[in-house]
This record gives sequence, structure tokens and C-alpha cells, in this order.
Amino acid sequence: MRGKRVIPVLAGLAGLAASGGAHAIAWYFQTPASRMAQDIDMLHQYVMWLIIVIFIGVFGFMFWACYAHRKSIGHKAEEFHENTTVEILWTLIPAIILVVIAWPVTKVVIAQKDTTAADITVKVTGYQWKWGYDYLKGEGEGIRFVSTISTPRDQIEGSAPKGEHYLLEVDNEMVVPVGKKIRVITTAADVVHSWWIPAFGAKQDAIPGFLRDTWFRPEQIGTFRGQCTELCGKEHGFMPIVVRVVSQDDYSKWVGQQEKASAAAGDRPGEMRGAQELVARGEAK
Amino acid sequence: MSAVIDSHGHAHGHDHHHGPRGGIMRWVTTTNHKDIGTLYLWFSFIMFSIGGLMAVGIRLELFSPGLQFIDPDFFNQLTTMHGLIMVFGAIMPVFVGFANWQIPMMIGAPDMAFARLNNWSFWLLPFAATLLVLSFFMPGGAPGVGWTMYAPLTVQMGIGMDLTIFAVHILGMSSILGSINIITTILNMRAPGMTLMRMPLFVWTWLITAYLLVATMPVLAGAVTMTLTDRHFGTTFFNAAGGGDPVLYQHIFWFFGHPEVYIIALPGFGVISQVIPAFSRKPLFGYASMVYATSAIAIISFIVWAHHMYTVGMPVTGQLFFMYATMLVAVPTGVKVFNWVATMWKGSLSFETPMLFALGFLFMFTLGGFTGLVLSIVPVDIQLHDTYYVVAHFHYVMVAGALFAAFSGIYFWIPKWTGRMYDEKLGQIHFWLTLVFFNMIFFVQHFLGLAGMPRRIPDYALMFETWNAISSIGAFGMGLAQLLFLYIVVKCIRSGEPAPQQPWEGADSLEWTHLPTPAPYHTFETPPVLK
Amino acid sequence: MTLREENLRLSRRLAIVALGMFGFGFALVPFYDQICAALGVNSIVKRSEAPRNTQIDASRTVTIELDANAHDLPWRFRPLVNHLTVHPGELATVEYEIVNLRGAPVTGQAVPSYGPQRAGEYFQKLECFCFTQQTLAPGETRRMPVVFVIDPGLPKDVNTIAVSYTFFEVAGRGGKS
Repeated sequence: MRGKRVIPVLAGLAGLAASGGAHAIAWYFQTPASRMAQDIDMLHQYVMWLIIVIFIGVFGFMFWACYAHRKSIGHKAEEFHENTTVEILWTLIPAIILVVIAWPVTKVVIAQKDTTAADITVKVTGYQWKWGYDYLKGEGEGIRFVSTISTPRDQIEGSAPKGEHYLLEVDNEMVVPVGKKIRVITTAADVVHSWWIPAFGAKQDAIPGFLRDTWFRPEQIGTFRGQCTELCGKEHGFMPIVVRVVSQDDYSKWVGQQEKASAAAGDRPGEMRGAQELVARGEAK
Repeated sequence: MSAVIDSHGHAHGHDHHHGPRGGIMRWVTTTNHKDIGTLYLWFSFIMFSIGGLMAVGIRLELFSPGLQFIDPDFFNQLTTMHGLIMVFGAIMPVFVGFANWQIPMMIGAPDMAFARLNNWSFWLLPFAATLLVLSFFMPGGAPGVGWTMYAPLTVQMGIGMDLTIFAVHILGMSSILGSINIITTILNMRAPGMTLMRMPLFVWTWLITAYLLVATMPVLAGAVTMTLTDRHFGTTFFNAAGGGDPVLYQHIFWFFGHPEVYIIALPGFGVISQVIPAFSRKPLFGYASMVYATSAIAIISFIVWAHHMYTVGMPVTGQLFFMYATMLVAVPTGVKVFNWVATMWKGSLSFETPMLFALGFLFMFTLGGFTGLVLSIVPVDIQLHDTYYVVAHFHYVMVAGALFAAFSGIYFWIPKWTGRMYDEKLGQIHFWLTLVFFNMIFFVQHFLGLAGMPRRIPDYALMFETWNAISSIGAFGMGLAQLLFLYIVVKCIRSGEPAPQQPWEGADSLEWTHLPTPAPYHTFETPPVLK
Repeated sequence: MTLREENLRLSRRLAIVALGMFGFGFALVPFYDQICAALGVNSIVKRSEAPRNTQIDASRTVTIELDANAHDLPWRFRPLVNHLTVHPGELATVEYEIVNLRGAPVTGQAVPSYGPQRAGEYFQKLECFCFTQQTLAPGETRRMPVVFVIDPGLPKDVNTIAVSYTFFEVAGRGGKS
């Protein structure tokens, strides 16, 4: 019957996805790597179940009417066409349901905005079409580099087989220690970009000439990938973000290596270079 | 078009019968609301086809990972123009076509209040559409900025951007003039006895939509004009260097943009509110509630705009306010859905093509509305903003919503307009093909968004491959299904079965009860007497 | 009055209104400046007066993170320290250094930005290179101070303020270089 097909199709597709092979068919949020991403997933499921129940209820009525109140089986139309009590009920009850949804959500909204007391502050600058990272405060302060997509052109053009992290790999990854609160300050050098790592549930637009901030606390060691999520021109789809979360020890080691390398390149501490110079450096790499 | 035949349908002795003049000039100079309605409908179908071709181009490139057919710059141009053409060239004009054909007949008026203005409102559109399409052929091509045209990316574009800005101005002017016409007609020209609370709900939804248009189109004009001056005249509205702010553009645009989506949806609600009672053979349930709910939706639509901007970095109080206000709009929308279902409940239902599309609308607009509720939740939106989840959401409400309502209305009213019936069997096939292929395109896009695929990218990571392939196959199917629709309409006009005077048993608005089928060129030159 | 006369009268009135609105658009330019001055809304380049209340709130500290961006300028632009800790009410000075790498004079205007945004209201600058355009000769190095005080009214839950300056090139009319 009409529309009823959607539910078995959905179930079938879900089954397909769950049984997906070595390259699983991604169909849901990426595995959360932070408490915030976990909370977001829970909120989403909470709302989805509520919606599914309401949806089945309402369209249960509709499909029942399609079946039992057909003219072709001789059903005659009744005359009623208004009922104030029912109107009040189906105005108030959805309003109450909305409050029930908004209540747990509000806490998460406020928490997501609380960027205070961060362990490490990293400034992220969006460029057309790459990201710049500047470690501003905390361990690693002074480290700065540009991060550009490293997927080879011939993979994109189809003359070479695509690697596992096609379009989600970069030359210089942002490295952070596990368990620490990382505050990300975003800005941009040209147009609006947006910095996003799905596994952390952190997304923040990067506005040229302005600072914005967000935060994440990675709870797992691993490599997490995201993409620019605001149309920023031709290569908007080709400026990924990669964050590597390591143990505290490995992080200190990485910091040491970065500082040695930058001393060798003659950088002065605390220096901020203009976009032109950074891009030239990045391209020279 | 049977309006060519001036069947002298009015029963008194006035002798001013003259048919419309023939040829091209008839269509250029007509001030007849039926002719102008027809012009809008055909124009919107042409734009729908052009926008649809662009969509097919987009889905062709997205069929598999890698860049195969279209370079990234042209891809951005296609996504931008697909959006602008569909929103301003297809879905808005189709409902203006309905407004023109139906409003005078439904309120017992002989024509629109400003008949000549009506003609100009239409003829602005082909010029604007030409400007839009012409931008592809300019140096630099069409702008690749998304239909939302955010600054400061727009400042980087070539002359195609300026053509687009002028096109948007002209489109806005057409909408504003048309809305003034609609408001004046509805408020001043109802037949005696037709109080506001006796009007068909379709007329109510257009009255409310017209006010929304008058209020918001100038805001869009402001936003694109500021973009124009930032581009060429040294202003810095959206540039921090001069004290401006790119986010200002977003606020101005979305202050227009949110009421805009209700401008698209509300007339569709109106069509459905005519079709469902007709095919349930039962009056619309809760008429007064429907009027209040539609008004509530329109008013609330002005205070929710920043739910499109949760990630720009607004203070948490702002996020909370806009979240609560956006969730609130679910209440009157839910009231409308419940009322439609209650109309069907214990009716005497039949499922001809208009009813099929109306039921498809009901089911899938509600689904889209629910994903809108999911998106209104700020932390969830942080994950889903600018991903394919949003693309899925708005296509459900605008295509499975508004477009299905438009199809429903066309099948419903085409006998009144032409005097001929469409082929019922083919109509049902069109419905099922459209339904299946539509869901194939867009249902899987929810998964893409959840899994993390951003919008407006011509190439994607390997984990998104499967759903993209399915979605693209759906796009080809849906495109072909609309060719069937064209065939059905042309066949109906040329050689359809003559329609009975009352093709739809349960239809009870004035055009069905008081006018012949087909409706004569001039109707209600004397207002009807309503009991 | 005949219908024609009535219509003419209405047209004249409407034309006057239209002309008036057009003139209002032009008048808005000086109006805007005056309204902003009257309401104190031009905080970005507002020079604060020396604080009347010189009470230092020793019960709390605020960390100021300093950031610098040379937007599209051939300048090296950096704060001499990356961050410092102050008490609200306490006068503090930080220095920024700019170096003009181009072989020609370049003029820039610095625009501040704050994270969180609302902290900007409480970041009162007594002296700032952002108040005026800065022209550097070819190869010139310049150090410029920012003298500021954090208003003790800063909300208790804000204990870190990121202060960022972005230098934009001033290239005649139009911000786009």
C-alpha cells in the first residue's frame, strides 16, 4: 500500500548497512570519541524514538482510514467537521512533548558553549583551501603549521586507485593529547569556512576578521577526520581536517620534535605570519 | 486550453462577448487571470525542467567518488543555479499560477483587482530567468556561491554574480506586485455573503502568503543590494576591514529565507485543504483552527531565522531562543496535519490521482517536518548543519511537500481549466514513479548526512559511495517520470475525454458548484448570490 | 473633487513620500554615525576613558590570550607575549610588533575581535594602535602598545578572553585588496 513500503525498505536498508562488509556502509553518526559527541548521539536517539512513535500513531490513523473508510467498500461519510476539545488537546499535548524534548537538550547546549578552563588553546585559520593551525596556549604553545589535503591529484581524476582515506588525509595533522580540554579558536583569512570533526561533535564557522571558539575533549586515542562545512569556493570539498589524538607522553614528544624543526627553520617564537607568507611556506613543503 | 472557446456561460443579456485575440499577442497583452495563470504554470514547468536538468548533472557527478564529468567550479555553479531556479523559477511561480486561476473563481470575482499589473508581474519572470541562465555564459560563469549567496564569497565572483543579483531583484518585484494584487483582490472583491471565514482555505493560505511575501522580499533585495555595493561601490557591509561583518549578511538573508520557505509551503497546504475534503466527501475538519494555525505558522516564521546559523558563534542565549521558537512552529503545523487526517477519518474515500498526491504530501511533508524538528535541536544541528541531512530535509518538505501539492492541484483542477479529463491510469503511474524515485533520491541522503557528508561538494570520501550511487539512480528515474507528466498534460489538453460538469463528487467550492466545466473565459461578471 | 483630481492629489502625495524616503536613505549616513555615538555602539574603535573606579578586583584573575592576523598584508605581525593574566580593574600594557616586508609603504587598519564576543564590552582600551590607521615605510619595524583594563563588571563565568587583531590593507575605496 501507499507509503507503507517505506518502513520495510528502511528496515531492509538498515539491515544492509549493518551487514556491510569490510568497507561498512556508513549510515549513522560516526563512533563518538568524546563525551559531547556521545551526548549528541543520545539526544538524537531520544528525539528519533519520540518522532517514530508519533509518526506511526498519526499515520496509523491515516492508513486505517484509507483502508476502512473507502467509498469502494460502501463506507458513507459522516458529517462531523469540528471539535474544539480535540483541537485544544492536539495543540497542548504536542507543546508538552516539545518541553519534554527541550529540557535535556538545554543542558547540552549550554555545555557545548562553555569554552572556559581549557588545557590547550589552538587557533584554526581557514584559507582557500587549506587550514592553518597555531597552538596559542598550553603545552605546545608556539607550534604553527599549515595543513593541506594530501590525496594525490591522480586519485581524484581516476587514473590511480583511491586510497583508504581518500579526500580525508593531510600533510600535517593537528595533534592533541587524550583527555585534555582543547579550545579551538576559529578565524579565516578570506571567506567563511567551517571546522568540523564529527567524532568529537565539534563544528565552528570560521569568519574572516572575527574570532569564534568551540571546544572538545577527546576521550580516545586515534585519528579523527572531518571536512570544511561551509561553501568557500572551488575547492571547498578538498580541505579536510585530521586530528590525531595521542597519549600525554607521545604528545610531549611530538611537541619537542615540532619545536626543534621550527627552530631549524629560523622561526621566532610568537610570530604570526601573513597569509601570503604562510601559503608560500605551505606550498614550498 | 479551453479558455480559447468563449462558451457564453453567464446567463444574462449583456452583449460584450468577444473571445481573446489570437496568436502571440494574446499571451503578451492578456489581462485575463486565467490566461495569466496558464502562463505562470507553463513558465514554472519550463524552469522546473531546466532546474531538473541541473540536478541530473549534479547527481551524475556524484554517482561515484572522483571527478568524472564536471569540474568543481562548474559544480558549484550548478548547485547554485539549481537552487535559485527551482525556488524562484519553479515552485513559487507554480503556486502563483494556481492563485491566478483559482482565487477569483473561488471568491466569486470576475478577475484580479489589478489586471494589467497582473500581466506585468508575470512578464517580469521570463526576463529574470533569462538573466539567471545567461550568467552561465559570462566570463567566470554563473556564481558558485549556493542559492544562499553568503558573503564574502560573493564578492569574489565574476559578472555572473551581478546578473544573478539583478535577476533576484526582478523576481522579488514580480512577487511583491503579485502579492499586492492578491491581497487587494481577496480583501475587496469577495462576492456578497462570502465572509473571510467562509472562504476556501486555499484562498486563506494565499492571503497569508501574500503578506509574507510583501514583508520579506524587500529584505532579500536589501541583502543582495548590499552585496552588489560591497562588490562594486566600496561599501564594507560584510567586510570586517571596514567595520562590517559577514554574519550580518546571514542574518539579513535568513530573515527573508525562513519566511520564504513558508511562502513555498503555505499555498501547498491550501491546495491539500481543497483536495482532501473533496476526495473524502467530507468537509475540512476544523476550518477555523486551520486558519489560526496557518496564521500562527506565518507569524512564528519571523522569529526563527537563526536556526540556519547555529554554528556561526552566536551566544548561547541566542541559540536557545531560536531553538525554542523553532520547536514551537511544530505545534501549529501538527495541528494542520491532525486536521487533515481527521478530515479523512470516517469519510468516504476514493483515490484518484489528486488524492494520491495529497496523501503522498501528507505522509512525506510530515516526515520532512520531523527531520526539521531534529535539526532544530542545537547540539544535533551542530553535527548535521551543512550536511546532506539538511539537503534531505528541505527536499522532503519542498519537493515531496510543495511539489506534490502542486501536482495534486494540477490533476484536480485541470478538468475545470480545460474541460477535459487526464488519463487516470497514466496519472497513477506518474504518482507511483515519482513517489518511489523521490524516496530513492532523498531518503538515503539522511544517512549521508548522519554519516558526515558535507553539502556542496563535487567529490566525497569512499564511505559515502553506496548511498550516493542509489541517490543518483533515483534522480535519473525521477527525471524521466516527469516527462510522463508532460505527456499526460499535453495529451489531456489535446485529446482528453470531455470532463463531466462535476468531475469530483466531493468538491464544493464556487468554481465547482457555480461554474461550468470548462470555466468560461470570463466568469462571475455578476457576482454569485451565496446563501 | 473629480476622480481624476483625487487621483492626481494622491499621486502627488505618494511622490513626495517616495522622494522623502530616497532622501532619508542619504541622510542615514550622518544619522548612523550620530546614533552610534549617542548610544555608544561603536565599541570596536572606541577609546575608553580612564576608569573612574580604580578598584582592582584581586579575588579573580582573567587570562588574556593575544592573537594577531595580517589578513592579506605583506606584514609580520605578532604580540610580544602570547598570553598574560590580569585582575579586573588592573591597568595592563601589551606590545605588538609589525614588520613591513614590502619594498613600498603600506597602510593598514587593525580590527579587533574577541572570544567570547560579549567579553569585548568589558575589554576597555585606553590606548590602541587600532584607533588609527598605521602606515609603515618599506622594511620598517614598529612596536605599538595596547593599554587596557578589564571592567570589573565582567561576568564571573568568563575567565579567559582571546583578543585578536586583524590588519587589513587600506587601499583607497573598498576593503577588498
